[in-house]
Amino acid sequence: MADRSDIAISLRGLGRDYGDRAALAGVDLELPRGASLAVLGPNGSGKSTLLRVLATLLRPSRGEVEVLGRGLPGESWKLRGEIGYLGHEPLLYEDLTGRENLRFQARLYGIDDDEAAARIESDLDLLGMRRRGDYRVSDYSAGMKQRIAICRAVLHRPALLLLDEPDSNLDPEGREAARALIGGPEELAWATGRPVTRVAVSHEPEKARAEADRVLELRIGAAA
Amino acid sequence: MTPSRRAFAAIVGKDLRTELRTMRSLPAMVLFAVTTFIIFRFGLDRTALSGSLASGVVWTTLLFAAVLGINRIFLPEREEGGFDAFRLAPVDRPVLFAAKATVLFLYLLVLELIVVPVFAVFFLQEWSGLVPLVVILAATNLGFAALGTLISSMAVNSRARDLLVPLLLLPLVVPLMIAATSATAPLLEAAGPSYDKFGTWLLVLGLYDGIFCLVGYAVFDFLLED
Repeated sequence: MADRSDIAISLRGLGRDYGDRAALAGVDLELPRGASLAVLGPNGSGKSTLLRVLATLLRPSRGEVEVLGRGLPGESWKLRGEIGYLGHEPLLYEDLTGRENLRFQARLYGIDDDEAAARIESDLDLLGMRRRGDYRVSDYSAGMKQRIAICRAVLHRPALLLLDEPDSNLDPEGREAARALIGGPEELAWATGRPVTRVAVSHEPEKARAEADRVLELRIGAAA
Repeated sequence: MTPSRRAFAAIVGKDLRTELRTMRSLPAMVLFAVTTFIIFRFGLDRTALSGSLASGVVWTTLLFAAVLGINRIFLPEREEGGFDAFRLAPVDRPVLFAAKATVLFLYLLVLELIVVPVFAVFFLQEWSGLVPLVVILAATNLGFAALGTLISSMAVNSRARDLLVPLLLLPLVVPLMIAATSATAPLLEAAGPSYDKFGTWLLVLGLYDGIFCLVGYAVFDFLLED
């Protein structure tokens, strides 16, 4: 039997309803720490809902959920700061610049100002945004917002990455550059040897299957 | 600095920077208040007010100007994903309540710094009551800020938030307004300020502030749940 401390995500019968409609039903999964999971499925199959449940942003309606050894929703507060979440929305304030958003984020996570400045410059540089870091977010294109959102998601160097279509809005150059921040375990420039578990929603099944250790296919209302 | 204080300072700093840059709330609040004073001046056909009438005019105007700010206080969090970003961060959720209430308190302070002198120029012949009025303004602002933050956080996720905020806020703010107007009226008498029951009304304001600060701090965690 596997050591429970080696398990990053454990789901047994996870379900989530929106009113009378089941967005997720009967999802079972065990994912080791440091592994990479691709979540596939058609629109409306609950991929984003699954990520939001794992990110502690939504409560599960039923089933058992354990993330990084913490049971949800009871111990969700212990997980804060351990999760890097990149959703459909960039979670950036439009009237602040890219750098100001990242500095604000760093302060919320209690990162020392000097350390935060070093991380921000290095991450912006990796994504080709260093020169444009002082533009207001409202002036960015969708692709530039996505690049800053990626920096935001990993600024606190999380143990679990939850990525909802991370390549959306990125050009090929941006996709390649983003791998250093949200790619596979061997590609991450910031992980420094510690295991980072990666869960990514994708609409490219072949690419996702080739890159991930495990694949979870969701159907509308259930897991395959 | 503890993580909570750092987060508190970060949120307050972010909101003030955004307001200075965009001027979305304060100018509207000031314009509303000044326009209302002009309407009162011509509507009442009076160049001088004193006592309870002066108190009623100033607090009615400040209350409705405050509603404009309260309506907007959580809008960036709602529209730009700030709630999610905050819920993911390792910060106690009441820190957001405390930070937003502080921002609202500061907005009200700036509003009053501008519009109370305008009120005095329009309506007051005796200005010495304005000095003790500062204490009443500060105590009332704290109640507005605590209750306004609480109501705004409840209403912000609704599409009818512009309607919900006044519907929920106005009945709850009645005790605060009674205390504020009752404490202010003797200070704005034409013959000069009197301190009749000043301490009693200040105590009522303090109790109200304490209750809604505690309620906000206690329930805010639940309000941010999905």
